[in-house]
Amino acid sequence: MSLGVNFREYKIGAKMFGVALGGSMCITLFLPSFDFRSAVSTDMALDKQLSAGWETGWNIYDPLMLGQNKPLKVLVKVDPKTGQPLAQPVYAYVYKKGTPWPNGVDHPDNLGGPVEKLSKTKGRIGEAKSGAPTVYLISHEGNVPYIEDATATMGWTPDMVMSKAQDSDISHDGEGKTLFVREGCWWCHTLLPEETQDWQVFGAPPMLGDFNGESPTAFGSDRKAPDLLHVGSRNSSREWMMLHFFNPRLVQPHSIMPRFDYMWGDKDANGKPIDYAKWRQEYNEYHEGKRDYPPEVPVPAKDSEARALIDWVLSLK
Amino acid sequence: MLKYLFAKNEDIPAGSAAVYFGFSSIVWFVIGTGLGSFNAAKLAFPDFVTGSEFFAFGHMRQVHVHAVIFGWISMAFGMAMMYITPALGNTRLWSEKLGLWNAFLWNVGLSLGLFLLWMGLTSGREYSDFIWPIDLYIAAFIALPLAINVWMTIVTRRTQGIYTTNWFFAAGTFMVIIVFLTGNLPEWFHLTGLTEAYLTWWFAHNVLGLWITPVAAAIAYYTIPKVTGNPLYSHRIGHLHFWSVVVFYSTPAAHHLMSAPLPEWLKSFASVEGVLILVPAIAFVSNLLLTMQGKWNMFVENLEVRFTITGVLLAIPLNMQGGFQQTRAINWYIHGTGWIVAHAHLALLGFSTFLEGAAVYLGLQSLMKRKLYSLALGNMHFWMLLIGFSIYWISMTIAGLIQGAGKIYEVPYIDVVIAEHPYMIARWIGGTLVFISNVVWLYNMWMTARAGTVVPAGRMPHELAYER
Repeated sequence: MSLGVNFREYKIGAKMFGVALGGSMCITLFLPSFDFRSAVSTDMALDKQLSAGWETGWNIYDPLMLGQNKPLKVLVKVDPKTGQPLAQPVYAYVYKKGTPWPNGVDHPDNLGGPVEKLSKTKGRIGEAKSGAPTVYLISHEGNVPYIEDATATMGWTPDMVMSKAQDSDISHDGEGKTLFVREGCWWCHTLLPEETQDWQVFGAPPMLGDFNGESPTAFGSDRKAPDLLHVGSRNSSREWMMLHFFNPRLVQPHSIMPRFDYMWGDKDANGKPIDYAKWRQEYNEYHEGKRDYPPEVPVPAKDSEARALIDWVLSLK
Repeated sequence: MLKYLFAKNEDIPAGSAAVYFGFSSIVWFVIGTGLGSFNAAKLAFPDFVTGSEFFAFGHMRQVHVHAVIFGWISMAFGMAMMYITPALGNTRLWSEKLGLWNAFLWNVGLSLGLFLLWMGLTSGREYSDFIWPIDLYIAAFIALPLAINVWMTIVTRRTQGIYTTNWFFAAGTFMVIIVFLTGNLPEWFHLTGLTEAYLTWWFAHNVLGLWITPVAAAIAYYTIPKVTGNPLYSHRIGHLHFWSVVVFYSTPAAHHLMSAPLPEWLKSFASVEGVLILVPAIAFVSNLLLTMQGKWNMFVENLEVRFTITGVLLAIPLNMQGGFQQTRAINWYIHGTGWIVAHAHLALLGFSTFLEGAAVYLGLQSLMKRKLYSLALGNMHFWMLLIGFSIYWISMTIAGLIQGAGKIYEVPYIDVVIAEHPYMIARWIGGTLVFISNVVWLYNMWMTARAGTVVPAGRMPHELAYER
């Protein structure tokens, strides 16, 4: 069959095209892959991937992006097995049955270099079966962090950890990060302080290895609002976050952030139904100067989306 | 159009697929710019429509972006390919039926994808926001059928050579598939961390550089010689344009992440390659403007030429910005500010939209053999689009410079928000003008189909006088 391309010029052209496009793919994809592969996880990367879990964008384990099948980050003060107080409280990352494991456990080579080695040997991350209930810790040997499977090394199980934990010790980071992605917070709030001038205000720019295992990274590109990578270090007030999410104009009159009051759901922390129409009407009266104070913001319920989002934002240290 | 989906290929009138693509693209343009106007209102007045997550900015923003990129721009490309590729090969489209199904499945898939994005179901990766099942759909039912139809029409052409426009169409449809499959690797194989971040911007850069920019330019290579009657000034400069796009425009992806911890060699390489996009840009602009020699009166008198040349002229500031704003010397100041938003709209709403607008005007009139219903409405569309875009571009550029100054002088962030407020209102007004102009266009095109003067066989629409 004559394909109509049997001119010498077109044959040469097709080959040139292959060389040109293949060459640029080689330089922009193949060569950088060596640099990316050599990145070694930092403490920040381990904390991010263990607290947020396998994936916080759309995935088949959480098809409606409700924050289902996500790990919990729990502050452990007493040994969950023996009940003895710990010398130093530690954060445990609780993966209940069925919660997909973090990338570093499924694919330890993503952890990089010494972190990978220590996680396998001292952390014993290869021992549990995938999907089995597991508790992870971040441990250190010298300055090198590694993932420790506390279920294998110390016999801690998710049930034990959760039974000893109070609600204030539990942080719903995986769900919170999912909601950050779903609600499009990253269209305005970047997660990437810039290398040249952001040190003073938004904190240290991230380093190579700070993202290993995180997905999506959601750096953001259009900063219409403050960078959030270290927001928990600037502002650790849960109450401020609560007011700000419900109606940003309560704490910052010039803010252009949308209200996220719909994330409170139907009932507040005391189980009382939230009357949004009444709240908005009273707020409008306050706004028009007919009231001296704005209406009270309801405290979000334990299982509300607002709670999870605030947990995650406060965890961004 | 739908009745032809199950007809025999021979029974489908030539041009049906192009007409279906063309009207779809205008409808998506109206929807996309309507959403844009709505979003801009929310940035100016944050309590405008509040209390429901489905009208929250974070749910609507990406719907606007994908409606204009996949709906307006890419379907207008589909329209151009469906009628220009066979016209340049002196033949019929390889398969009208495939083209019709392509357009139909495109509308269905895009509607579904946008609905899911609206619900918040997203991969969380800018420009590749669609979830991976939708990505698979786009690759299989949108990109591939379009490419096959274009390639096979070129293969079965009845001319000896292949004209410049068709090099770009054939290469663009090939490259967009490669870019799409590679850029979504993080979703197919769950790649994480810096790899995910880099591939996100590798995709975002290359979908512009290897799909939108070259295909838009390819349209101008057709419309200007066709309507003015002048041959293309230089095929050699066309060669330079084509090859420098493939070599230079496919490499600077990392310049979108100049402040991320990517390897320094990669950033430097990307930055130098980024300046080199001036090579294809200058080749393209000079070639088209020189083709206009002796016919500059048509820039004033002819609507399609006016649209095309406006797009070509907007390529000058576009590439001057694009070439230099990504160098370290400038990027540190304007990165992440409204300047970039203005630049993105200069590329998509300025440069590329005006070129595609010309193709859709020209193509629909030629294929339906109907003279444009109303010149007055056409002029109204042009000027409202241009003025609305200009208000948007200028206001966002100023807002970006304010943000940049606020960033480097460490001004408290809220003071930047206050300073930007007037420009946010201007942006909303500009965006709303663009939206209204497109409603006018849709009406004008609809009336052209219904009541436009019949173009006699063997004549071009621009040879006839307007009646309104």
